[in-house]
Amino acid sequence: MTDQSHLFIQSNAISTDQKKSKRTFHWGRLPDNTTGWLLSLPLAFVLFFFLVLPIAMIVVVSFWGATEFSIYPAFQFENYEFLLTSPVTYQVFWNTIKYALVTWVLTLGIGFTVAYFLAFHVRSLTWQVVLFLLCTIPFWTSNIIRMISWIPFLGRNGIANSTLISMGVIDEPLEWLLFSDFSVILAFVHLYTLFMVVPIFNTMMRIDKSLIEAASDNGASGFQTLTNVIIPLTKPGIMIGSIFVITLVMGDFITVRFMSGSQKANVGRLISNDISLLQYPSAAATAVILLITVLLVISVLLRFVDIRKEL
Amino acid sequence: MANSQDLELAATTKKYGGTVAVDSINHKFAAGTYSCLLGPSGCGKSSTLRMIAGHESVSDGDIVLGGTNITDLPPAKRGTAMMFQNYALFPHLSVVDNVSFSQKMRGINKTKRSEKALKLLELVDMGDYADRLPSQLSGGQQQRVALARALITEPSVLLLDEPLSALDPFLRIKMRLELKKLQRELGISFIHVTHSQDEALALADDIIVMNNGRIEQAGNPQSVFNTPTTEFVARFIGGHNVLQRDGTLVALRADRLQVLKAAPSEDNHLTASVVDVEYLGSTVNLALDAGSAGDLTASLSDQAFFLDPIEIGATVSLAWKPEDAHQIAA
Repeated sequence: MTDQSHLFIQSNAISTDQKKSKRTFHWGRLPDNTTGWLLSLPLAFVLFFFLVLPIAMIVVVSFWGATEFSIYPAFQFENYEFLLTSPVTYQVFWNTIKYALVTWVLTLGIGFTVAYFLAFHVRSLTWQVVLFLLCTIPFWTSNIIRMISWIPFLGRNGIANSTLISMGVIDEPLEWLLFSDFSVILAFVHLYTLFMVVPIFNTMMRIDKSLIEAASDNGASGFQTLTNVIIPLTKPGIMIGSIFVITLVMGDFITVRFMSGSQKANVGRLISNDISLLQYPSAAATAVILLITVLLVISVLLRFVDIRKEL
Repeated sequence: MANSQDLELAATTKKYGGTVAVDSINHKFAAGTYSCLLGPSGCGKSSTLRMIAGHESVSDGDIVLGGTNITDLPPAKRGTAMMFQNYALFPHLSVVDNVSFSQKMRGINKTKRSEKALKLLELVDMGDYADRLPSQLSGGQQQRVALARALITEPSVLLLDEPLSALDPFLRIKMRLELKKLQRELGISFIHVTHSQDEALALADDIIVMNNGRIEQAGNPQSVFNTPTTEFVARFIGGHNVLQRDGTLVALRADRLQVLKAAPSEDNHLTASVVDVEYLGSTVNLALDAGSAGDLTASLSDQAFFLDPIEIGATVSLAWKPEDAHQIAA
């Protein structure tokens, strides 16, 4: 027995020796550092050409000058000056932030509830998957179609109004249903709630079910479990969903245009108007300010939660 | 904390749809004892524990703790506390917040509850780790925290769901000793679910062997190990041979089997060939093929074996004292 184990150790030692000598005589191998840099190159290229370069272009153009019919390279602060001194800008930015805030609150409320139901009340995995897919079905058609389909529903003589009248709830059609802040936010919530559901559901599915039992073993009521265990553990998902929704709403222009019947404005519409008037430098300046605003909002959000755990 | 009370299961049954997981079991867990529910996976031991804890509804029958019927009470109102298999520590809370969680739920102020939590952490030697997060602790440390969290509710019965299965073998033996010591010091009942017979024999005052949702045998470790009453217990508890003798089944401890090179004069003997020899340190196990009597194991002390070694392939005679063979039910 002892003899054998001795032999075994010896043969082992020989084989590691051989491995070592092999490594020193291997010429074709690059240092680990170089391999790492090379591997990161493709992504770096993609990010440079499709993210850094366009943003740099926008920043550069935002300092250019423009006449009614031409734009010319320059380095002047006219665009920013005009933008930041106009009361319209502040109004429109405020409107954008208002849309983002209200939509965020509503999508968070609905999204959290749906995700909570899917993750904790639906017991079987099959049903979880089925119901989850059901949530995604609206995404099989385009945004625009989903938006426009609200119009006949909410219109003056639309389904909503005629139903309410026939039920005797109201006497005359509600004017604020369509082409109002209400319809804009309704469309936003409809379009973007899923972006809240998915990350929250994903985080919730990772919560160990025995934690819920442990909470009840420690005397927590359902509501206490929600506030002391589930919400804190779902925070990263809530943050990711919030970033999705806030950036989507703040960057949107088509929803506001369609659902407000061009009666309301947000920053996206400001930019799109500038572009349609070929005022690229002014559009670029607005875009830069919008980008800074969104980044500020997100950095404030990130101060609260570390989402790296989630990635 | 030594307000331990008897816990009694009366025809307690658990059904999942059509399948019966726990089939009308009756057992009395005496106050202040260490009991082990022992059995293979799927035998109903975990369901039983979870019913006692209140995390699983009872389909039929009752659970009575110290004269109170706790069958339908919520987990925290029963006087039981559970330590979960994976410890189920709240990952976002520090050790001290984990332990004081139940106090927080009851609305006790922070200084008071932290003070109490620290006391319990001292009890399990974790006082220095109060501000760490669970992910910064080793498995054994997490288990101590989980223990402290369960004990802070001052339960009269502590329920442990396979508490040692996530630990490595050395730590398992260490924690085993600590669990037993803690139980002795606190004087409350521990009910411990395990599939390891070693663990049950080492820890328990009372072993309950379960199979197919029923209790096969219950009793103190010596009686379960020395006189198994059924074939299942004899095989599951290990260290036994089950033999067919004169139309009945008998259980015979492997270390009571005498291995002889020459046939003895008594009639209590079998002939077998040695299939394998396993050296286990203080004992040597022989795997034997006894023909129609089946595969047997004989456990010899290393001293006896090396005094007169037996080769693989040798033919030997097996003998035993009549009083060592216990009749068992199939």
